[in-house]
Amino acid sequence: MTTSISQYLDLYRQHGDAIRNHAPAAMNALRDAALAALEGATLPKKGQEDYEATDLEQAIAPDYGVNINRVPFAPDAAASFRCDVPNMSTCLYFFFNDIFAASRTAARNTQPGLVIESFAEAQKNHPEVLEQYLGSLADVKKPEVALNTLLAQDGMLIYVPKGMVVEKPIQLVNILNASAPVMALRRILVVMEEDAQAKMLVCDHTQDAERQYLASQVIEIVAKRGAMFDYYDLEESSDRTHRVSSVFVSQEEGSNVLIDGITLLNGFTRNDCYVDLNGEHAETHLLGMTVASAHQHVDNHTFISHNVARCQSNEMFKYVLNDSAVGAFAGKVLVKENCPRTVAYQGNRNIVASTDARMHSKPQLEIYTDDVKCSHGSATGQLDEEALFYMRSRGISEAEARQLLMQAFMADVIDAVRLPALKDRLHHLVEKRFRGQLAMCAECGATSCGSKIDNA
Amino acid sequence: MLQIKDLRASIEGKEILKGINLTVKPGEVHAIMGPNGSGKSTLSAVLTGNPAYTVTGGEVDFYGKDLLALSPEDRAHEGLFLSFQYPVEIPGVSMVNFMRAAINEKRKYFGQEPLNASDFLKLMREKRAVVQLDNKLASRAVNEGFSGGEKKRNEIFQMAMLEPKLSILDETDSGLDIDALRIVAEGVNTLKTANNATIVITHYQRLLDYIKPDFVHVLYKGRIVMSAGPELVMELEEKGYDWIKEQVDKKEE
Repeated sequence: MTTSISQYLDLYRQHGDAIRNHAPAAMNALRDAALAALEGATLPKKGQEDYEATDLEQAIAPDYGVNINRVPFAPDAAASFRCDVPNMSTCLYFFFNDIFAASRTAARNTQPGLVIESFAEAQKNHPEVLEQYLGSLADVKKPEVALNTLLAQDGMLIYVPKGMVVEKPIQLVNILNASAPVMALRRILVVMEEDAQAKMLVCDHTQDAERQYLASQVIEIVAKRGAMFDYYDLEESSDRTHRVSSVFVSQEEGSNVLIDGITLLNGFTRNDCYVDLNGEHAETHLLGMTVASAHQHVDNHTFISHNVARCQSNEMFKYVLNDSAVGAFAGKVLVKENCPRTVAYQGNRNIVASTDARMHSKPQLEIYTDDVKCSHGSATGQLDEEALFYMRSRGISEAEARQLLMQAFMADVIDAVRLPALKDRLHHLVEKRFRGQLAMCAECGATSCGSKIDNA
Repeated sequence: MLQIKDLRASIEGKEILKGINLTVKPGEVHAIMGPNGSGKSTLSAVLTGNPAYTVTGGEVDFYGKDLLALSPEDRAHEGLFLSFQYPVEIPGVSMVNFMRAAINEKRKYFGQEPLNASDFLKLMREKRAVVQLDNKLASRAVNEGFSGGEKKRNEIFQMAMLEPKLSILDETDSGLDIDALRIVAEGVNTLKTANNATIVITHYQRLLDYIKPDFVHVLYKGRIVMSAGPELVMELEEKGYDWIKEQVDKKEE
């Protein structure tokens, strides 16, 4: 039987040597296990547990090309991309499809001791970090993770040494642009040593919106004792872009991690986030915000495991769906035995603004310890009619009143952002998105933003 | 300015207003009183265009325009204002953004440029003083976490900002302590001119001690069953509504 996986297994059998030759040893070391996991495996189909609305088999089915021979594109990274967050200076990096590149200013903005480099470079400079942590969290039993592990050839390493506070946010811009349908395989490894602090912003953009893309990414985040890490992931791609992303987080004592997944423009998106709280007093903030219209599909699945006592997790996902958009949220919080004083809150709030839009919500709490404070809630509905009339009675048009209410609905998840400049930017982007202005950031070079770019 | 003729309205198939007739002229203050459930709040909701109610008959003329044909927002632009009995909390929408949207949409309606930021803030400051509304409240989300008295003061503040021709105060006295009542009433009186008018909907005479009506109407079972001068307020305060109810009910039999 041919499944969507088998075409990529064939590809690996044919080109495995080339893939291995282009990739660092630490990545190659993971391939056999990935291959073994994929033999006979199938991708989750719609209707399976935690895939109530989403078909990964279908998402990966098109015959995407993989850039086996590492053909570069867009030689001048900085010139082709000017998207920025006003008032925010960052250490800026790119993935062009799956080719990692530093911006011209990155080196200048990077503090001594901070490591941000491709896996290829890291294999030479910091092999011990890659060998110790790469693949240590990602679960190859999940076929989409195994597929990424099998085929990815490079990645981005962020290593923040003990006690270092990274002053400038690290920004990674993922740009999809190719002359044929492409699967861009990306991998990110973040290691935050004890008491290290950093914030990271990732933006997904598609430059040639006519093409079909699949972005496959696996992100591993290791937060050691007392470390603090923010990961903001903003997708503004195109309606023909598919994205399958898996984030794995491991937190030690007293660490504080915030993961914020924002989908403003996309085609098909499945985001998985797995958090393991392994040390007491660790704190997790999981935030999500989705604005979807037309036939967009956005599915967020999260799993937070409280493995020890006295940890806190706080989760809130919000969706606004219009037209025929489909949203899904499946979130599970597990509190294992002997985890007293756990505090866990999970919320999912959705506005379904049209009759054809669909929201699937599945909040779950599983608790095996008595002395805990946990709650969860899910609500899906329409805009508040009383508030609408109140505003109209003051002369605010119905359309404008709806705008203000939708923005207000998202305000608290935006305000939870711990980067002030990004917070302002998000308020602005969300407002524009609600106003139907697909040209999101005027300065941005990506096609979704309406400006013209010649293909390299 | 306002002429209501045989106005009928229902909610969920139940007729609440059964033929209201009322004329209001510039400079006048009308009080509409009546027992609970007589249709007082329905009248204010129907006049301002609340979509929960269906107009089943009659007409309303507002400065020569067919009020019932206008959207709620256009009624506001034309100069109609309702001080809500239960002002709505709108988390996430700041008072500043809310008022700026309201003011600028009105200006747009009359072909004017939007107010610039400094003029707008100056206007806010000036009008806040009318009801002694704290700057802190003005910078918060609309009515969110406001006390009962603050919500009512906020209504009159919005009235001051929008400078309506006809204001309907729906049970503005409910939930107010004596100091807040005085501040609200003084605010309303400050805004009073020879060119605007006020309809005060109230259950008690309390607010009418401060805002003196020229006409007093009693609404019962969806109709205005009695209209008189201000002296009726005292009479109602002494005798209650029962004697009017009896008269009406007897007639129906």
